[in-house]
Amino acid sequence: MDIAERVLNGDRRAVARLITMVENNHPEVRELMRELYPHTGKAHVIGITGAPGSGKSSLVNKMTGEYRKRGKSVGVIAVDPTSPFTGGALLGDRIRMQSHATDKEVFIRSMGTRGSLGGLSRATSDAITILDASGKDVIIVETVGAGQSEVDIVNSSHTPIVVLVPGMGDEIQAIKAGILEIGTIFVVNKADREGVERVLVDLEMMIDLAGYGEDEWVPPILQTVAVRNEGIKELVDTIEEHMKYLASTGGLDKRIRDRVRAGLKDWIREEGVHIVLNNLKEAGEYEPLIDKMVKREVDPHTAAVDAIKRVRNR
Amino acid sequence: MASDRIVRVLLAKPGLDGHDRGIKVVARSLREAGMEVIYTGLHQTPEQIVEAAIQEDVSVVGLSILSGAHMALAPRVVELLKEEGAKDILVTIGGIIPEDDIPELEKIGIKGIFGPGTTTEEIVEFIVNNAPKD
Repeated sequence: MDIAERVLNGDRRAVARLITMVENNHPEVRELMRELYPHTGKAHVIGITGAPGSGKSSLVNKMTGEYRKRGKSVGVIAVDPTSPFTGGALLGDRIRMQSHATDKEVFIRSMGTRGSLGGLSRATSDAITILDASGKDVIIVETVGAGQSEVDIVNSSHTPIVVLVPGMGDEIQAIKAGILEIGTIFVVNKADREGVERVLVDLEMMIDLAGYGEDEWVPPILQTVAVRNEGIKELVDTIEEHMKYLASTGGLDKRIRDRVRAGLKDWIREEGVHIVLNNLKEAGEYEPLIDKMVKREVDPHTAAVDAIKRVRNR
Repeated sequence: MASDRIVRVLLAKPGLDGHDRGIKVVARSLREAGMEVIYTGLHQTPEQIVEAAIQEDVSVVGLSILSGAHMALAPRVVELLKEEGAKDILVTIGGIIPEDDIPELEKIGIKGIFGPGTTTEEIVEFIVNNAPKD
């Protein structure tokens, strides 16, 4: 039985190994993912982002517990930053999730961002496909949301959730750019702390200003204290409501199309770059072209367009 | 497409001792050496450690034990890995391990036993040289 078939049978070791192969750009991955793809699209994908220390991992842990109570199997992908200097990473999200470690219906995987441009979106997207193929009902993807590709990952989920905490100064300002816009649910975690009113007011104002239409989903603001399991049931209820809203309004189809479209672009970019560069290299024109650009005889835009035309005319 | 392989290591503290300074220093050193380190925190059962090792698909498991319970906990981890068909995973151990226990631990397949005074360079070098390459 090949590894793809084992994944479809829910074999944990095969799931784990295939995710590693995806992360390592193993040459057999494309064929294996092709086998899995027709069997996917069934899982409900939830994205969670928020500043470091906002309690995302604890929240994911408790949400996992709540979904398990409701009889759903859960996959978790926890993304942490890779050091750009050494390529190493310290992946500590599991510390808060070990209570589910021996539950065979829960699969938790830590991933480093590994730096390659756009590579993270592809690797997590493939990891989601793999967990989906293995039969997980719910897949939760957690990132700190630093950098565009991490924001994209969360935004391409069915239900993007943004987590905030009170008492971190002007927290709304701090994470406004590009992150607050993607929230379909806002969670104020550690809501037993001082300053919670301020965060709530700021969020409400921001949502008011966004001017949602009558039939639109207006992002609800929920309060949780993850370590004490407070507000978790309500959060999961709200996530389920959002999914129902998506399904009943055609929003789900749109989200799926958007995600597929983004995935196609990612792969064209990836494969396209390889094809064009290899073509140049095989013709022995790669370094000479670089020389010309260094001497300012050709500008980069013209050089790139010419290189692409050359492949097209071949 | 070239394969970009990065060594993944699970660091775990089985049993009841709460001393995690050492394992955190090791975690940093391995990260600085370009590895992905998954740390699972204190008070882990061998079952939790082995399941995490499987899901994270690590090639190395590093145990830190300062409670004196290594002769009960470490063999259990090795045994469970074997049951899962993951006996290719390198198991190392650090902590307070009496000389007399070392032959027994080596016999069950634990490689790299690091007592007090070990430098982080030694640990990094050992893992770089001994981590299974698929």
